[in-house]
Amino acid sequence: MTPTPGQTVGPFFGYALPYDGDSELVPPGSARAIRLSGRVLDGAGAPVPDALIELWQADADGVVPRAEGSLHRDGFTFTGWGRASTDNTGRYSFTTLAPGATGPGAAPFFALTVFARGLLDRLQTRAYLPGPATADDRLLASLPTGRRDTLVARPDEHGFVFDIRLQGEGETVFLSHGRD
Amino acid sequence: MSTASSDAAASSQAEVSDEIATIAEKYAAEGRTEDRVRLDYPPYRSSILRHPTKDLHHADPEGIELWSPAFGHSDVDPLEADLTIQHSGEPVGERMVVTGRVLDGDGRPVRHQLVEVWQANAGGRYIHKRDQHPAAIDPNFTGVGRCLTDGDGNYRFTTIKPGPYPWKNHRNAWRPAHIHFSVFGSEFTQRLVTQMYFPGDPLFALDPIYQAIVDPAARARLVASYDHDVTQPEWCTGYRWDIVLTGSHRTPMEEE
Repeated sequence: MTPTPGQTVGPFFGYALPYDGDSELVPPGSARAIRLSGRVLDGAGAPVPDALIELWQADADGVVPRAEGSLHRDGFTFTGWGRASTDNTGRYSFTTLAPGATGPGAAPFFALTVFARGLLDRLQTRAYLPGPATADDRLLASLPTGRRDTLVARPDEHGFVFDIRLQGEGETVFLSHGRD
Repeated sequence: MSTASSDAAASSQAEVSDEIATIAEKYAAEGRTEDRVRLDYPPYRSSILRHPTKDLHHADPEGIELWSPAFGHSDVDPLEADLTIQHSGEPVGERMVVTGRVLDGDGRPVRHQLVEVWQANAGGRYIHKRDQHPAAIDPNFTGVGRCLTDGDGNYRFTTIKPGPYPWKNHRNAWRPAHIHFSVFGSEFTQRLVTQMYFPGDPLFALDPIYQAIVDPAARARLVASYDHDVTQPEWCTGYRWDIVLTGSHRTPMEEE
């Protein structure tokens, strides 16, 4: 069957898609909590203040979460999913756990979906944790050296930083997953 | 008057329509089928600096990408599927039911998964604080709903028909009436946000967001059908719209 085409999330999702606790996959300040944050930038390097980022990830042991409850968090269950709106400076931020490897030797990554006014369809990408496992990763190895770095988060004092450049210098690698 | 001087530099509808027609003619001459929306579609001005210039990079889904978040009854109250009962009174407008199925690319129902909707009110006004359209806010209508699909992939919302609304892409730009849909599949890769439209809207030809799906058959997939079997006597009209996601990558062995 032919898939239904996408359309932009538009300018007015802000009263519909965000919800209390959306970007806090674990309570801030809890044991092992880290921050994943970054900026969304357009082709002129200007911040995108009306973007929405969705995060989907394995837990700290590399297990794919199967628990419901992302929309009404109970403070204890790790559901692995959240969403964060960008602020006026184009910045998004999640409080979460560092994902573990989902298989032997696999490089751990956050799976991200990007929506914005002006972006006609959602984009998907990976934010890898920096580390030796990235050297053997199949996707990273398939990219030219100059573009590989756009998929690797950099550490900061609270966790990791991953900027998303929609266009131009340092344009983030976005993924397609077609079967053919 | 709402014609602001800041619009002076904006294009006219005739100029935008010419751009749309030029792209459509070029596509028709190429003789191939493009099922997806274009990311690079200059008639939609906000897309110009917000589309990637490099091709999407093919990746075989791995690990977390082969799964989707799970949502359940702790996430969504069944009453959230009725957008007409969120306030003390009845919203203004044509009450209607919108229903359909969420299927994956192989025609299998997407079961017990989250569907979110948001829309303007009957006058074409969003509750969002940035919407400056001088149409009335309806105190009885917020325009946000959620539901979970049932065991056969069906979703169902009760709402009112949204109005067309003006925007600033160009002078005298109006969006066709639409409902925003956010849909999850059984895999991360199937995530979809799109818009549902109503049959026969006179604004279709003029709208650069709808026309960014350059294939006529592909964009027709976003138009619901009026369905008299969904319409209820002396209560509401009914529309049907099915949503097809991309194919899944998990093998049956990996199914829950």
